[in-house]
Amino acid sequence: MHDHQPIARLAPAPPCGMVTLKGDPGRAGLRRAVKAAVGLSLPGRRAMLREGERVVAWMAPDEVMLFMPRGDVAAALAAARKAFGKGSGLVADVSDARVLFTVAGPHAREVLARLSPADMGALGPGEMRRTRLAQIPAGIWHWGEGAFTVMVFRSVAEHARALLENAAAGPEAGFFAPGT
Amino acid sequence: MLILTCPHCGIAADETELAPGGEAHLKRAGPEASDVEFEAYMFARRNPLGVHFERWRHAMGCGKWFIAARATDTLEVFGTYPARTEAPPADLVRRIRRKRPEWEGLP
Ligand SMILES: [Zn+2]
Repeated sequence: MHDHQPIARLAPAPPCGMVTLKGDPGRAGLRRAVKAAVGLSLPGRRAMLREGERVVAWMAPDEVMLFMPRGDVAAALAAARKAFGKGSGLVADVSDARVLFTVAGPHAREVLARLSPADMGALGPGEMRRTRLAQIPAGIWHWGEGAFTVMVFRSVAEHARALLENAAAGPEAGFFAPGT
Repeated sequence: MLILTCPHCGIAADETELAPGGEAHLKRAGPEASDVEFEAYMFARRNPLGVHFERWRHAMGCGKWFIAARATDTLEVFGTYPARTEAPPADLVRRIRRKRPEWEGLP
């Protein structure tokens, strides 16, 4: 039993479409595929770009992840495959592989810092930080709008929820200035 | 605690975000190798007190392999570079030699 109110609000994010693209970063195919699928540029190292509900995230030098409404996935897959053409590239619908949580409130950053060795104080808006939460891999980002998004594999979603809930069971240490 | 900067994604990763891959720059003993040579390739590993090259994978991150040159006696990290190479970058080797004149170099 905890005597304190949780120091952050945890909520599952509604399902969205997710598409992984892989390709040689030294060739134009990957850039063209991102543009064709979501209309965005190829982001720089660890960066994320968004336009409305469409987001592209840099995952590795040869890999990006696209986020979009579920209904747009089929068209995005087709557009990306067409853009890669005969060149080498991978296009995969991974919408069911992962789940997203939002962690909101003035102490959200502290909740995440309790679970990860990442320097959460250095995580700026629009940066994809891949790290671990306790012992599971996770991607964490925010847009400077008061909430962090946490992405984990669906197979460990319940574990991640319990971890975050436990970490949010106050009281706060106040290491970070309140807010995102 | 060991912190290594992944040369692929630029993250200064905590050791617990990485998976160790053992000694780097091993040369596979080829089809004509003797049993003794192949056994050495399979099992014999250097364990120097000083300059050492290790493979690491950014497992809880971008997923890529890299190589770290570091000192096992002081935990100083000389540098990291992508694993898709047969030898360490020349400027890194020069830097290590300046700091560790006694280093005998890679075999
Ligand atoms: Zn990395």
